[in-house]
Amino acid sequence: MDALDGNAIAGTLAEVFGTEMTTAVVSCGACGRTGPMAEVSVYLDGPGVVVRCRSCSNLLVVIVRRRELACVDLTGLASLTIAG
Amino acid sequence: MLETVVENSQATTIMFDFPDWPGFLAGQHVDVRLTAQDGYQAQRSYSISSAPEDEHVAITVERLDDGEVSPFLTGELRVGDELEMRGPIGGYFVWQDTDGGPVQLVAGGSGVAPLRSILRHHRAIASTVPMRLLCSARSLELLLYRDELTSPVDDHVEITLTLTRDQPPDWAGYGRRVDRDMLVEAAWAPAHQPLCYVCGPTPFVETVAGTLVDLGYDPGRIRTERFGGTGT
Repeated sequence: MDALDGNAIAGTLAEVFGTEMTTAVVSCGACGRTGPMAEVSVYLDGPGVVVRCRSCSNLLVVIVRRRELACVDLTGLASLTIAG
Repeated sequence: MLETVVENSQATTIMFDFPDWPGFLAGQHVDVRLTAQDGYQAQRSYSISSAPEDEHVAITVERLDDGEVSPFLTGELRVGDELEMRGPIGGYFVWQDTDGGPVQLVAGGSGVAPLRSILRHHRAIASTVPMRLLCSARSLELLLYRDELTSPVDDHVEITLTLTRDQPPDWAGYGRRVDRDMLVEAAWAPAHQPLCYVCGPTPFVETVAGTLVDLGYDPGRIRTERFGGTGT
């Protein structure tokens, strides 16, 4: 399956973060690429949401949902800036 | 669900009435969630293909034969049925008059759905922002919103079509995939600094966005949306 982009998980991100996130700015913790969440590579063919850097493929975000619980791993990010 | 419009053998536009709908921006989408009797859930995201000013909210669903959601939406959903939907969603791939222009839209296959919302919004608010659409489909039969796209009525919109597989005998438009030469001929030149929206299957978006950057367009003014459908 081809990688999608951050637009495809806008609903999931809004649910987890409580706000619109595709315009949030993310920086990759490995290569430093910085841009809107809408532009990251997204893989939905596994059991959760996998987000990778469009430049270096570094794992940025993993979101796994289990019933009412959402486990969110953001350790691949150098920064995440949400527009006020 | 209020009404369906069969676009072609693969795609159907479905109109909904949303109680307490807060309104939306052209380009946004909704998530549709289906729940089976055993509790199994499947969720898909669909771009809204109507304008914010339209009376009802429409999505266009391309039927994927091995899909979990699209065969139900296109084949089994009936007028009056209720669906679990969430939205509007997304704030990146949207266009408002205040974003200005000129605007270059590039669509592959059913990627034209959110761009049709932008075009209808443009017309509904009588915007004078110059807008161009370059739209790729496999054939005239598979071109979504065929009447709207072949007979445009908005003075500030120019539409260029390319049919990649089958062209009618009298076809005067392009007959190949979107490429560098086509963008040079049909799109706003980089000197106009257009705001670009590219939507379609992932390989289509990668190719078009990459070519735009190679041609000297500002990457910061190219907005992209990729999806898993087929058909450019």
